[in-house]
Amino acid sequence: MLFWQILIDGFAISALYALGATGFTLIFGVSGVLNLSHGAIMVGAAVAAWAAASEFGVGPYTGALIGIIAGFILAFATYFIAVRPIQRSKVIAESEKEIFILTATLLWGIIIQEAIAYAFTNNAKTVLPIVEGVTTVLGVRTPRNEYFTAVICWVAIGLLWFLVNRTRRGKAVMAASMNPRGVTLLGIELSSIYLTVWAIYGLLAGVAGILLGMFLGVSSYSVGPLTASAFSIVVLGGLGSVSGSLIAAYVVGYLETGTAYLISPAYRTIPALLLLVVVMYLRPQGLFGRR
Amino acid sequence: MPNFVSSRLFWIGLATVIVALVLPTYVSGYVLGLLTVAYYTAVFAMSWDLLFGFAGEVNFGPTFLIGVGAYTAGILDAHFSPGLSIWLCIAAGALAAVVGGVVLALPALRVSGPYFGLTTLVAVLMLQNFIVVAAGLTGGEIGLAVPDVISIDAKTNYWIALGFMLVSGAILFGLSRSAIGLILQASGQDKIQAGALGFNVTKHKLAAFVVSAFFSGLAGALMVFYMGTASVSTFVDVGVGVQIIIAAVLGGRRTVIGAAIGAIFLIGMGELLRPLGELATLIVSVIALVVILFFPDGFLGMIRGGAKA
Repeated sequence: MLFWQILIDGFAISALYALGATGFTLIFGVSGVLNLSHGAIMVGAAVAAWAAASEFGVGPYTGALIGIIAGFILAFATYFIAVRPIQRSKVIAESEKEIFILTATLLWGIIIQEAIAYAFTNNAKTVLPIVEGVTTVLGVRTPRNEYFTAVICWVAIGLLWFLVNRTRRGKAVMAASMNPRGVTLLGIELSSIYLTVWAIYGLLAGVAGILLGMFLGVSSYSVGPLTASAFSIVVLGGLGSVSGSLIAAYVVGYLETGTAYLISPAYRTIPALLLLVVVMYLRPQGLFGRR
Repeated sequence: MPNFVSSRLFWIGLATVIVALVLPTYVSGYVLGLLTVAYYTAVFAMSWDLLFGFAGEVNFGPTFLIGVGAYTAGILDAHFSPGLSIWLCIAAGALAAVVGGVVLALPALRVSGPYFGLTTLVAVLMLQNFIVVAAGLTGGEIGLAVPDVISIDAKTNYWIALGFMLVSGAILFGLSRSAIGLILQASGQDKIQAGALGFNVTKHKLAAFVVSAFFSGLAGALMVFYMGTASVSTFVDVGVGVQIIIAAVLGGRRTVIGAAIGAIFLIGMGELLRPLGELATLIVSVIALVVILFFPDGFLGMIRGGAKA
C-alpha cells in the first residue's frame, strides 16, 4: 500500500519536475543561458491562471489558457529585457556575459516575484483543477488531478521530442545547440532560433507552472525553491542533455517522495542534495553530460 | 589621467570616511543601527568580490561562509556563555568559516562556472537544512538567542562596525591591488595561461577562498553579537546571498570598494523605501537591473566614466 502510494505520488511529482526542468535545459543547451527567473515564470503563469478564475470568474480551461499566454509573455520579456541586451552588449566582456546574465535574470525573477506579491499578496494560491474528484487505483486513493498532471506532462514532453526530432524548425534548434556557427553558415538566422526556443520554453514553463498550481499550489515564496530544484535537476542530469534531465527528475522526485513517506517530511530534500554533492565531486559533468 | 582619477576617488573616499566618523553626533540611534548592519553587509560583499571579481569563482553561496561563522560563534556562546569570552567565540567563528572556505574550495578546483555555482548553492541549502533539523543545537527555524552582546550602546556598536569595515576593506583592497590580486585575476580569466606563466593557480585560489571565508565568517560572528540572535533568514537564506551578490555587482565588480558602496546603498534604499511596503524590493531590483544593463561597471564605473569624459 505504502509502496504503491510512493510509486504513484512520486511519478506525478517527478513528471512535473521533468517538465519544469526540460525548458530550462533546452535554453541552456541552445543559447548557453542559465535562466534564474525560471521559478518566477512558472509562478507567474500559475498566478495568472488563478487570477483569471478567481477574479474574473472564467472556467478552468480559459484560466489555463490565460496562464499559458502569461508564461509566453514572461518568457519573451525575460529574453528581451534580461538576456538579449547583455548578449549583444559591446561594453561587457565576452567572458563576463555569463555572470551578467545570471545576475540580470535573477533580478528579473525577483521583480516578477515582488510584482506578484504586490498585486496578489504572498498567500498560497491553488489553481482550479481541470479534473476533479478522487479515484482508487491499486488500493491508493489519489486525486484524479494527479494522474491528469502526469499525463499532460508526458504529452508535452512527447510533443517536444516530436518537434525537435521530426520537424524542420526543431532540427534547426537541435543543430544550433550542437554547433551555432554551422547553423549560421547554412543560412539559418540564429536570432530566430533563439526566439523559437524561448517560445517553446515559455510554453513548457507555463504549463508546468499551471499544473503545479493545480497540484500543490504556488505562492511568491515558491519562486526561489523552484529555480533551485530545476537548476539541480538539470545539473544532475548533465547541463543541456534533455534525456538526462528527465532521468534526473525521476531520481530526485522519487528520492524526495520516498524520504517524505518513509523517514520524515522534514528531511524531504536532504538525500537529493547529498546525491547532488556526490555527483558534483565524482562526475562534475552530471550523470549524462555531453562534456 | 589615471592618477587624477584615483586621487579624486581617494578624496571622495576620505570625505566619506570623515562624514561616517562624525555621524554618531548628529543622527539617531535608529540610523546608527541601520548603518551598523550596512557596514557588516559591506564586508560580506567585499569578501564576495575578492572571490568572484578576482578569482573568477561564481559563488552563489556567500551565506554558507557567513552562516558557518555566525552559527559557530552563536552556538559556542549559547552553550558555554559565562565561561567563554565572546571574543573567543568570534575567533572560533572566523576559524570555522575558514575551514568551510577550504571545503568549498575543493570542488572549485575541479569544476567551474555554473557547476561550481550550483555546488555553492547546494552548500547553502545543506547548511539551512542542517540548522532546521538540528534545532536542539541551533535553535532551528525560530533562531538562536545568544546570551551576550558586544555592547548595548548604539554608538559603540557603530564604531566597531565602522572600524571593522574600514580595516577589512583596507586589507581586501590592498590584497586586490597587490601581486596576489593580479595573479588571481589572471587565473580567473585564463587558468591555463596563468599556470603556464609559472604561477601556482591552485595555491592562489585556495588563498582567495581562505581570505574571503575569514572575513565573511568574522563579519557574520560580529553581527551575531550585535543582533543578539542568529537566524536562518538573516545569515543563511539564499535571498541574503542574492542581496550580497547584487550589492557587489551594483557597486562595481573587481573594485572591492564598489561592493561596500553597493551594500550600503542597497540597505539604505531598502529602508528609505520601506513606507512603500511590498514595492520597496521591487523598486530596488529594478534600479539594480537598470544599472547592470546600462552601466555594467556599476556605481564606481559611473564615477570613473564621468572622470574620463
